[in-house]
Amino acid sequence: MKRLSLAALAAALAMSASPAFAYKVFVSNEKGNDVTVLDSDKDFAVTDTFKVGQRPRGIAVSPDGAKLYICTSDDDTIQVYDSKTHAFLGTLPSGPDPELLALSPDGDQLYAANEDDNLVTVIDTKTSQRLAEIPVGVEPEGMGVSPDGKTIVNTSETTNMAHFIDRESQQIVANVLVDSRPRWAEWKHDGSEVWVSAEIGGTVSVIDTATKEITHKISFQIPGIRSEAIQAVGVAITRDGSKAYVALGPANRIAVVDTKTYEVTDYLLVGQRVWHLGFSPDEKYLFTTNGLSNDVTIIDVASDEPVKTVQVGQQPWGVAVTPN
Amino acid sequence: MSGAMIDTAGAPKMRRGFPLSAYLICAGGIVWREGLRFVHQRERFVSALVRPLLWLFIFAAGFRQVLGVSIIAPYKTYILYEVYIAPGLVGMILLFNGMQSSLSMVYDRETGTMKTLLVSPLPRWYLLCSKLFAGVAVGVVQVYVFFAIAWFWEVRPDWLGYLSALPAIFLAGLMLGALGMLLSSLVQQLENFAGVMNFVIFPMYFASSALYPLWRVQESSPLLYRICQFNPFTHAVELIRFALYRQFNTDAFLIVLGCTIVFLGGAILAYDPARGLISRKRQ
Repeated sequence: MKRLSLAALAAALAMSASPAFAYKVFVSNEKGNDVTVLDSDKDFAVTDTFKVGQRPRGIAVSPDGAKLYICTSDDDTIQVYDSKTHAFLGTLPSGPDPELLALSPDGDQLYAANEDDNLVTVIDTKTSQRLAEIPVGVEPEGMGVSPDGKTIVNTSETTNMAHFIDRESQQIVANVLVDSRPRWAEWKHDGSEVWVSAEIGGTVSVIDTATKEITHKISFQIPGIRSEAIQAVGVAITRDGSKAYVALGPANRIAVVDTKTYEVTDYLLVGQRVWHLGFSPDEKYLFTTNGLSNDVTIIDVASDEPVKTVQVGQQPWGVAVTPN
Repeated sequence: MSGAMIDTAGAPKMRRGFPLSAYLICAGGIVWREGLRFVHQRERFVSALVRPLLWLFIFAAGFRQVLGVSIIAPYKTYILYEVYIAPGLVGMILLFNGMQSSLSMVYDRETGTMKTLLVSPLPRWYLLCSKLFAGVAVGVVQVYVFFAIAWFWEVRPDWLGYLSALPAIFLAGLMLGALGMLLSSLVQQLENFAGVMNFVIFPMYFASSALYPLWRVQESSPLLYRICQFNPFTHAVELIRFALYRQFNTDAFLIVLGCTIVFLGGAILAYDPARGLISRKRQ
């Protein structure tokens, strides 16, 4: 009897636990002006596509998973949607042509890189008010917030710099020169390093956050692919800090990097012109947006094998995953 | 073989029913001889492997960028061209092996070894099936050695895939071997075998899905697409391709099975001493 009740308890736990692992993957389609939704419970089938503003690119989910923020670049604003119902909730005041955004760990502040006016906009997500505009380099793009929320890193595509901004003072505290056209800034989860990708340079600069100096520069070579086609864009680092993934744009590959040796251990074939990356909440899968082949490739993180590719909208660009 | 020969002494009395052991001895002898021949002809083993490996290492590397492959079943994501042509190269091994076995039958006929085989009191169809089985067993060994080398070339289906592909490889081998057997009944001399190369092996191989997916063939030539669809080799390759990824392609299975029955039936008829082409040719 005792055994039976234990089994029933285990079954009940298993059943109640399974929906908790269900999550949604949101993909912004730059040309389709919409967002595609994939459901983890339905083998990553497309369950919805909803219209958003013009040229949606940067996309993020609030830490509580309730809201979806999208940079609608050609509408010069950030749109907010309900992540469950996909209903439009309102807009946030960014500058012109917002491209990428990042949220503070508590979700209270949103930082948007406005490509056209060389400013990073700080927005209060509760009041929808613009709190500050911080001047940075020319064509700001990449945005990354430190795990403790105290430091924000912005990259400027034309100035070729990573700007370290102090959240309190809203001032730039350090500028680090990186390779040509930096596009993404990714913090390690222990806050010790920031990885900045350079699209034209085709490299990733690893910056020590204590000294603000580049400690390693990772370059990529793929047999049979000309070096100009290897353009580092999106970067994702696992929570345990053991592996990093770098999207290589027109090389149609994701580089897997050992974060201890800074050596590339593998190149994974994905769709054409891969832009950005997003992990599932359990970090079992990595999702890549493939801009020219209009699809998303799903990579098994444990084995580093691409397992599936799903068709989405026109020119997928950004990807965001709900926490659970 | 020798066992089968010894049994012939009592053949007239036992004609209606041989014990199972006689059948097994006969089949064992034929397989053993085929295996010995294969092992002793090391150059045959090497060339059987070099051919597909050249395609894998050189052709596939050169065409990797030109022939980008889109996602088609059974694949679920993008694959390298090497991965795409691997089942086709397995088909190539089986195709050449089937034809080579038939070549050896022509050789056997010329040298008189065939008579030793056919003098066995066991039914002719059984002798042919044993010969076919022996040829396919040799082909399967070649295929798995190829898989082992291709693994280092990033052709890595999961481990169960290698197992699930075995019946498909065997059936495809039977079909191609039976075709070779049928052809061998038509080829009178060894020299004529060049014709088999030009008129059977090459057209079968190139007009199939072994090198390019059929949708790509259809884009360039609808007629060629039709020809590819009617080519049983296409279906043999697709059967192996699907099985390698643990999927069952029913259409391909039925077509390959049907063709095996037709080719084998034809070969048995052709080798029938009373009705077959062989008897007529000997005149």
